[in-house]
Amino acid sequence: MAQPVELPSKIEVGPVIDEGHSLASVSDKIAGIVIKRKITIGWVFGFLIAFGFLQLLMAGATWLFVKGVGVWGINIPVGWGFAIVNFVWWIGIGHAGTLISAILLLLNQSWRNAINRFAEAMTIFAVMCAGMFPVLHTGRPWLAYWLLPYPNTMWLWPQFRSPLVWDVFAVSTYLTISAVFWYVGLIPDFATLRDSSKQLWKARIYGMLAMGWRSSARHWQRYEKAALLLAGLSTPLVVSVHTVVSFDFAVAQLPGWHTTIFPPYFVAGAIYSGFAMVLTLMIPVRTFYGLEDIITIRHLNNMAKVTLATGMIVGYGYMFEAFFGYYSADIYEKFMIWNRMTGPYAPFYYCLIFCNVITPQFLWIKKLRTTPLILWCISIVVNIGMWLERFVIVITSLHRDFLPSSWGMYWPTRWDWAVYLGTLGLFMTCIFLFVRVLPMITIFELRMLLPGARVKEPVAQ
Amino acid sequence: MSENSDSLNLTSIRTKLDKAKGAGYWRSLDELASVEGFKEFLHREFPRQASEWIDDEGRRNFLKIMGASLALAGLSACTRQPTEFIMPYVEAPEQAIPGKPLFYATAFPVSGIASPVLVEAHEFRPTKVEGNPEHPASMGATDVQAQASILGLYDPDRLQTVNYIGEVRSYPSFLSSFVNILARQQGNQGSGIRILTETVTSPTLYGQMQDVLKLYPDAKWYQWEPTGHGRRMGSQIAFGKYLNPIYKFDQADVVLSIDGNFLGNGPGGVRYARDFVSKRIMRDGATTQSRFYAVETTPTSTGCKADHRQAIKPSEVSGFLQGLTASLNNSAASGPLANSKFYSALVKDLQAAKGRSIVIAGEDQSPEVHARVHFINEMLGNNGHTVVFTQSLEAKPVDQWADLQALVTDLHSGQVELLVIMGGNPVYSAPPELNLRGAIQMAKTRVRLGEHDDETSEICQWNIPMAHAYEAWSDAPAYDGTVSIIQPLIAPLYGGKSAHELLSAFTETPEKSSYLSVRDYWTAKHTGADFETWWKHSVHDGFVRDSAPPAVSASASLAIPRTAIGPAAGSGYDISFHSDPYVLDGRYANNAWLQELPRPITRLTWDNAVLVSRKTAAELKVEDEDRVAIDSNGHTVWGAITVLPGQPDGSIALSLGYGRTRSGRAGNGAGFDVYPLRSASNPYYARGASVRKLGEKFKLAPVQHHFAMEGREPVHAGTIDEFKQDPYFSEKKSELPPKGLTIFPDTWKYEGYAWGMAIDLTACVGCSACVVACQAENNIAVVGKEQVLNTREMHWIRIDRYYKGEPDEPDMYFQPVACVQCEQAPCEVVCPVAATETDAEGLNNMVYNRCVGTRYCSNNCPYKVRRFNFLLFSDWETESTKLQKNPDVTVRSRGVMEKCSYCVQRINYAKITAEKEDRKVRDGEIVPACAAACPSQAIMFGDLNDPKSRVTQWKRHSLNYSLLAELNTRPRTTYLTEIRNPNPEVGKSEKDS
Repeated sequence: MAQPVELPSKIEVGPVIDEGHSLASVSDKIAGIVIKRKITIGWVFGFLIAFGFLQLLMAGATWLFVKGVGVWGINIPVGWGFAIVNFVWWIGIGHAGTLISAILLLLNQSWRNAINRFAEAMTIFAVMCAGMFPVLHTGRPWLAYWLLPYPNTMWLWPQFRSPLVWDVFAVSTYLTISAVFWYVGLIPDFATLRDSSKQLWKARIYGMLAMGWRSSARHWQRYEKAALLLAGLSTPLVVSVHTVVSFDFAVAQLPGWHTTIFPPYFVAGAIYSGFAMVLTLMIPVRTFYGLEDIITIRHLNNMAKVTLATGMIVGYGYMFEAFFGYYSADIYEKFMIWNRMTGPYAPFYYCLIFCNVITPQFLWIKKLRTTPLILWCISIVVNIGMWLERFVIVITSLHRDFLPSSWGMYWPTRWDWAVYLGTLGLFMTCIFLFVRVLPMITIFELRMLLPGARVKEPVAQ
Repeated sequence: MSENSDSLNLTSIRTKLDKAKGAGYWRSLDELASVEGFKEFLHREFPRQASEWIDDEGRRNFLKIMGASLALAGLSACTRQPTEFIMPYVEAPEQAIPGKPLFYATAFPVSGIASPVLVEAHEFRPTKVEGNPEHPASMGATDVQAQASILGLYDPDRLQTVNYIGEVRSYPSFLSSFVNILARQQGNQGSGIRILTETVTSPTLYGQMQDVLKLYPDAKWYQWEPTGHGRRMGSQIAFGKYLNPIYKFDQADVVLSIDGNFLGNGPGGVRYARDFVSKRIMRDGATTQSRFYAVETTPTSTGCKADHRQAIKPSEVSGFLQGLTASLNNSAASGPLANSKFYSALVKDLQAAKGRSIVIAGEDQSPEVHARVHFINEMLGNNGHTVVFTQSLEAKPVDQWADLQALVTDLHSGQVELLVIMGGNPVYSAPPELNLRGAIQMAKTRVRLGEHDDETSEICQWNIPMAHAYEAWSDAPAYDGTVSIIQPLIAPLYGGKSAHELLSAFTETPEKSSYLSVRDYWTAKHTGADFETWWKHSVHDGFVRDSAPPAVSASASLAIPRTAIGPAAGSGYDISFHSDPYVLDGRYANNAWLQELPRPITRLTWDNAVLVSRKTAAELKVEDEDRVAIDSNGHTVWGAITVLPGQPDGSIALSLGYGRTRSGRAGNGAGFDVYPLRSASNPYYARGASVRKLGEKFKLAPVQHHFAMEGREPVHAGTIDEFKQDPYFSEKKSELPPKGLTIFPDTWKYEGYAWGMAIDLTACVGCSACVVACQAENNIAVVGKEQVLNTREMHWIRIDRYYKGEPDEPDMYFQPVACVQCEQAPCEVVCPVAATETDAEGLNNMVYNRCVGTRYCSNNCPYKVRRFNFLLFSDWETESTKLQKNPDVTVRSRGVMEKCSYCVQRINYAKITAEKEDRKVRDGEIVPACAAACPSQAIMFGDLNDPKSRVTQWKRHSLNYSLLAELNTRPRTTYLTEIRNPNPEVGKSEKDS
């Protein structure tokens, strides 16, 4: 694997892991959350709220299947509404995990060790939420499997020129690789949990999940190789998934969608929102579970920096979207951008500018980057902003296109909201369960950050 | 077991049946059927005997009864029906070939004026109406009402049984009690009998009526309809006799319309549209155009086509015409508009086109206006040339308002024993001051023949369901007097009776059928030798040849008061009353197709509105959808505002026919009723109305929200001068992509057929007949107001309406848009399941079975012509409307995209026929439903690979352009630029915008 970590002698904003931790204390602390810690009132309370929201999804989806997509606010001309907005938003959130686990791994950014497990879990849950929408939003969801290239008696294949088919591949690949990567990374920790479980049934379950991991050198050697390979596989996915998602829009000829800048701008936006979501979740979690010494200010600071950087790219994207609209000298493009700024959805546009362009500028200030509460607030604003971005792209482009006679409006119905809030419920329910049953920080990787782990040995290979 | 129907439980029925033996068995079943409530017993969704299913004995009994009821249903088929021959139009039905429709010629009368039609019947169920190409009034086209008539036939809310004060009765039981009532009248010469009908034009019905009046000499027959009065009485004032004007628009170089909505609407509208347009189109090499001026109290689709349009308050119309009369006499100009450039240009043009011009007044204008218009035509020498007259088409033209007044007086005198109301809906549409509701109730016995259980039926004791025009024999004249024999297409669905049958009830042969009545009349009338052949031909052709009355010469005298008749001016607003262009006076309020058909100007569905100009709206401080109260004629009505450019300042336009309370599921609660504002003395307009803002909103459902073209020019338009200077001026408006530019190589060359369409915008008059025709042909669902509010209407073809120019007096343009069948279709590449694909002949086919409903195609369609079944929009429940469905077109279910297919079922039908005969499809063999219905022949379809096809000729014209050509979608439907002929002296050119 990578070079052993050289902790810099002068640390800018504190260490990656606080002083005073040993190999054993790290294991105890993280495994203990799962093994020893009692279920608290706070957790139950939070879980029930999340679970309640999940019921909205049940209700929303049931009604949707009974009546049809007409229960949502979509219409002609606005054929896509909340479902696609939410799909893109969730997929974007799902980008942080892979970026952290794969790219940062390849780049040797060892500070990521404290957050990658959590980020990966978040990714999988977010992609789960995202993955539901393409199915829910079809008019005949029971036939959505026709998008898959399966052998059939009619000799019919999907229509491979459609970005929606690319989406199917991109998202399902992404979900598969992320899940495998996540699981592989969990194996050594399952073994740790198996070994420290007090109850036999727990030990059995974790034991099965650990798949016979005995921490032998051979195991480690294979593990390292697998992790590296998977990291290599996931890296292009970080870029490809949201690129493909952006093709859903960029391939269409609709003004506001048909834009070459979309792929990079979507990827940046995805990472931006992903990191924001990691911050949104991690800041409370580290407080509730007393993990400030493991997820340190240094982590928050680093994540804030990534957020700032990607936020700037997104802002650049907005700027050039507007510029291209003006510079294209195409009446439809020009009108589209003018309509965004002055049309009926202008408040959404300005909110979006405020959330995604103005708010991250506060992150230039170190004091704000290292104050968890403020950082948390900013991350929430960024999440809202990125949702608005998708709303603006999807709705304002569709609602006034080429022929003025067919212009219309879109407003979400209660069922739009039910499904959206329902996926938030699903996501949070998964997160609540996750922190209780799995080690939310990679124990063995964290140990490597300890000074004691710094064993000098020749580089493998 | 149920509380009140012990007599109806199984045991008792069984006992009854057991007692019956042999032949009597059936008779007692028959008797049983007439037992009160038995029908309900049989038809209950969950019979109260459902519990019987549990035990064996009971179940057997139940099945027995059900079996008996089925046999009972079969009984009616056992009786011998009288033989009545009807004639198929094209193929003689030696035997009907399943799957092959037959066409029968008949006619659909609206206010007595027949629309000659061919009705398509699949296995003897009528599914679609086409125009009768051989009839001069249709020439193959139809109007909106005729197209929608097929839904009216299957209207599930039609009155379904004879009933007496809410109790279901049979027609024979009506007859037997009717005989008793009549017996009492025989002694006093029928002085207690009053018959109220709509305008009667049917020669047979008139003959029958005379027979009835002979039997009961003191009985009285009154006619009344809420509209059409001005036209009738106008000729009476101008000529001293009732005449029927027929206009020759194909010979008119200058046309002035006073509120006339003659293009595609009203009597003769179909023919007029064709004639008018023949003087306007440029595509066949014409270099001149007629000039059309419109003076209107509210914008109409006809007025939209005018070269110059001027809004005028209804109270000023008379003054305007007086001034015009003077000006044409070369006296000094005076009166409203007299100082405008419009006016001087109009006078000049009219004077220059003596004998070649037409001045026409609208159906909703007053008799005085009609009379003045007749006089102006006389001055201009038009009468006898461009305007010809025949005797009135009405069997007995009368002053209907006087008739109604007389009826009310009779009723109040208490001498009316028997009141028979045939058709119409006077309780709904009569002016409130007559209190017709109260008056009618003074009649002792009230018999109503009506299609619906409506406002008038409510207060009548006997209600007889009226047969639809396609269910009974009758006859009626078209606008030119050519009489059509109306033959039925189907036995009455709900046991309906025609007016002929009800009139027979007065005579010694009370059960005489309509068939015999009509046939007897014509037998007596026919002079030639072979009646049978003549009859067969007439029924087969759908009209009696050479039955049009001869032209009569007439000279108009201006025995009209010099001053305007009408209410005195007061402070406040004018109100002009108009029949709704689709539901007319309210008679078609329950036709969902018509309710959901966007009004041509306001684009509103499901409601009428209070139409005001921008200036008036500013004065009233109201905007769209504000609810207002309008006080006039001592009554108040509440409606919602629509601000409409082109509406005269200080005047409100209201349309009749809405606010029905007992029309059925479609019409109830749609819009608001403005009849209370109409006074009997001046039902054409009102003055001094006040309007109050109520501070509430009322949601209106227009299908189009933006009317400006936003500098995009989807409609190319220009003047004839521009065209003469540069025939290709229109092409230069589009930014055309380089030829052959495409990302996907053009591998397919379309060497077989290449279907295409051209739409001539000069010809389109915005009448919307194509929209309804498409709806009928392609089983398009009605979605209801709630869904229209969310812009989910399903029409495959829509007529966009754009404004151009000044905001208060804009030029208005129509543009029919359906799927343009792109060769490089944006919808196709984005569909993930290949549910929409261009075929070898260039049709962009929508494969419903394959569609999963991602709606991506619609998002990527720049024309937004795709329609999505967001919910289960198709009606799979209503039994009667299932019969209307075209078996050649899939009824779409929920979650599926749909759109115009160029009527692919018709294309394939023609291709199969051609293939069997080993030839190519001929030009004109395939006519899509929209093109077939179009009165002005604005739509042409055909094979683009055939250099001689008409569509190819159209597309070769220099005015041909593609909508959104710059997107390089290569649409198969193209448009011909609209050319207008404004008078340069008026100075308002097409260019300013």
